[in-house]
Amino acid sequence: MTTISGYNFAYLDEQTKRMIRRALLKAVAIPGHQIPFGSREMPLPYGWGTGGIQITAAILGADDVLKVIDQGADDTTNAVSIRRFFAKTAGVATTTRTDAATVIQTRHRIPEAPLTENQILVYQVPQPEPLVKLEPSRAETRRMHALAEYGAMHVRLYEDITRYGQVAISYDYPVMVNDRYLMAPSPIPAFDNPKLHQMPALQLFGAGREKRIYAIPPYTNVRSLDFEDHPFRAGRAPHACGLCGADTSYLDEVVVDNAGGRLFVCSDTDYCETRRDAGHVGEAA
Amino acid sequence: MAYVAVKGGERAIDNAHAWLAEARRGNPAVPDLTLAQIQQQMGRAVDRVMAEGALYDPELAALAIKQAQGDLIEAAFLLRAYRTTLPRFGYAAPVDTAAMALRRRISAVYKDLPGGQLLGPTYDYTHRLLDFLLAAGATPPPAAEAAEPAAAMPRVADILAQEGLIETHTDTGTEPGDLTREPLAFPAGRDIRLQALARGDEGFLLAMGYSTQRGWGGSHPFVGELRVGEVTVEITPPELGFAIDIGDITLTECALVNQFKGSKTVPPQFTSGYGLTFGHAERKAMGMALVDRAMRAEELGEDATAPAQNIEFVLYHSDNIEGTGFVEHLKLPHYVDFQSELEAIRRMREDTK
Amino acid sequence: MTDDTLLSARGLNLRFGAIPALVDVAVDLWPGEVLAIVGESGSGKTTLLNVLSGRLRPDDGVVWYRDPSGRLHDVHAMPAPKLRALHRSDWGFVQQDPRSALRMGVSAGGNVGERLMAQGLRHYGSIREQAIDWLRQVEIDAARVDDMPRTFSGGMLQRLQIARTLVTHPRLVFMDEPTGGLDVSVQARLLDLIRSLVARLNIAAVLVTHDLAVARLLAHRIVVMQRGVVVEAGLTDQVLDDPQHAYTQLLVSSVLQA
Repeated sequence: MTTISGYNFAYLDEQTKRMIRRALLKAVAIPGHQIPFGSREMPLPYGWGTGGIQITAAILGADDVLKVIDQGADDTTNAVSIRRFFAKTAGVATTTRTDAATVIQTRHRIPEAPLTENQILVYQVPQPEPLVKLEPSRAETRRMHALAEYGAMHVRLYEDITRYGQVAISYDYPVMVNDRYLMAPSPIPAFDNPKLHQMPALQLFGAGREKRIYAIPPYTNVRSLDFEDHPFRAGRAPHACGLCGADTSYLDEVVVDNAGGRLFVCSDTDYCETRRDAGHVGEAA
Repeated sequence: MAYVAVKGGERAIDNAHAWLAEARRGNPAVPDLTLAQIQQQMGRAVDRVMAEGALYDPELAALAIKQAQGDLIEAAFLLRAYRTTLPRFGYAAPVDTAAMALRRRISAVYKDLPGGQLLGPTYDYTHRLLDFLLAAGATPPPAAEAAEPAAAMPRVADILAQEGLIETHTDTGTEPGDLTREPLAFPAGRDIRLQALARGDEGFLLAMGYSTQRGWGGSHPFVGELRVGEVTVEITPPELGFAIDIGDITLTECALVNQFKGSKTVPPQFTSGYGLTFGHAERKAMGMALVDRAMRAEELGEDATAPAQNIEFVLYHSDNIEGTGFVEHLKLPHYVDFQSELEAIRRMREDTK
Repeated sequence: MTDDTLLSARGLNLRFGAIPALVDVAVDLWPGEVLAIVGESGSGKTTLLNVLSGRLRPDDGVVWYRDPSGRLHDVHAMPAPKLRALHRSDWGFVQQDPRSALRMGVSAGGNVGERLMAQGLRHYGSIREQAIDWLRQVEIDAARVDDMPRTFSGGMLQRLQIARTLVTHPRLVFMDEPTGGLDVSVQARLLDLIRSLVARLNIAAVLVTHDLAVARLLAHRIVVMQRGVVVEAGLTDQVLDDPQHAYTQLLVSSVLQA
């Protein structure tokens, strides 16, 4: 793909990139704490990954290899659109292979394959404030974070257990980062939460519309909220992937007919393909 | 049964864009719309897109309207995205609306005043009857022109201020904030609030302003003055050290005169709400002024209980570029999260058996 | 202040514009003691409660609090996180309107358990057990533990607020007209409950009330306020049976007439 002329490398001007990098440095210095930043209007709509795109634009170098996933897949339309955006404005190499990427921008998933110290995971975040459902005012939630007043969040978990016998949050499951800040991990399934903990890769979170950046530095403690007698549980569909036979990966449920037929396949398309290339075969393949 | 993975996102996008381009053009037998036609004949649309797109450029606004098939929020979004890429050379000096070259100026609080009432090009007293002559393409006869140039037209707020009857605002010397560089933070000063409203959605400001009139945070507004015209924009490049004129822009300014404030010891004064927008946009400027005044409730010692008085609520929801993005993002795939909800609800149903 | 006072205020002054809300007010409170602040509305009694509890800063004067280890803290010089932590643990606040203190969309058990969770308790079963125990102590049927407060009567809501406040065993509770807005019969039952709880748990309390009958029933000592000034203070029986100040005499006689 040819790059377009008239725009700076990776679209944003260097001043803006510096501003974002400063916010990133602060974010890394205070794990889990939301840093306000002068989010710019991007040529993609707010809510469609503008926070992640601005972070990626600010950290991308000419030698980087970029992978973009949405719902775990490289081929979902918004992932395609964002990958093309950077191919066009930065001319960087892109890949669908998790192990070949230096920067991975993601919406709603963490890749199944473990990430390394040489990789950065950039999350698109629609709502950075984990307390928003308890308290809509940002002035008040900032105060709650400053004072580490998170009792109300546990009240919500208590209510879930009382009502449903278990915590009913299945995605964007709140976590404590470095035993200090309550953080929204973005709408990844709770299944992915354990991967946040002690991850060797740097994790950056960008919320463009809400104008917040936060981070989890490599090898940081990240704990999903729970009770001692109701420990955190990560759920997945109790099946094996129909294509590659994986029985530990997160699965998508595909409706194959109108008679109750279902097919379960890996949501991480690269993971699935890699396994199939290695000879693993699922029942539906 | 063989399962075909959902591939082909790239091709689907390309095909969708090609179809969009074709639909945008419409029937090729109908002449292509020119930017000059949009700029000349759809001026109010151009003005709205410039205001909400926060970029004063009628030609680019016309292009955005054409590209967006007349979807004005989409067009404003195009301008916003474009302005991100523009280098910032400096800040203009404050414009002087008292020195405006007026095409319209009305005051609802005085029968007559220096410079008089100037009705100008307004829909206000038109009968809203569809005009079939317009459909037939009739050219209107030329409008009458004034025999002599208009007299000076001082701002009504300044007239009231001479008697000390209305609150005045003096230059504190502090630089106003810049919402396009720094994110919104609270408490948000009036400089930031007015900036947010100036690029806010016209429909939102109309509804919020309207709500104050219906008792949700009323402030007894009078239209002190509404003026529309051209002002000169000046900048002072540091290398020159003096101001230079970089062009004229059309603005609409609305100054409200609102309920007074005072006490036994402090003489009462009228308070004010203020609206200013790019282009000719009276509804927007008036809505903005009503909402500006509503958001000053706490500052003026009034109870802040209505939605329009809640600064955080108003400022976080006035921007239609943010709003449209987040509402429409629900169209994006969410099947991973939905899958986790499916598993959770199945597990819970199992537990209750 | 003496070595064993729990809370001690000296020289409190506060003005709201031209109106003096507190004029050189001094107050002492000992552990386990209930102190009533009485006066008409506008006398400054709620203002004093808010200043004593650190929720409102005086123009000048100081409020000392002695923590369980015997250390003194200047309440208005404490950093906000420390003061908020104090309010969550050692202190409690009972408001007149329970609806503004409770989470109306959270079950009774969740309401009572919140302070425990805020203190770091992370065992659901234990939190729930303590919530049920406290519902019993405030005479609410344990079967209501999962019910929403909106299904509760006014008297039950106030008892729920008390359970929510006392669950962390505070040493000091501030109460603002806790029986205001309730029927007379409901009031009597609630007053009985408060009296037995503070006595049994040895809780000190500062109680604001316009109702001298409430003060007589609950308080060991009384402070009478008029236009921001403490006009009379002393043992409850002494002040009510033999009022010295003309204003107190007026208050007492108007109750007798009523």
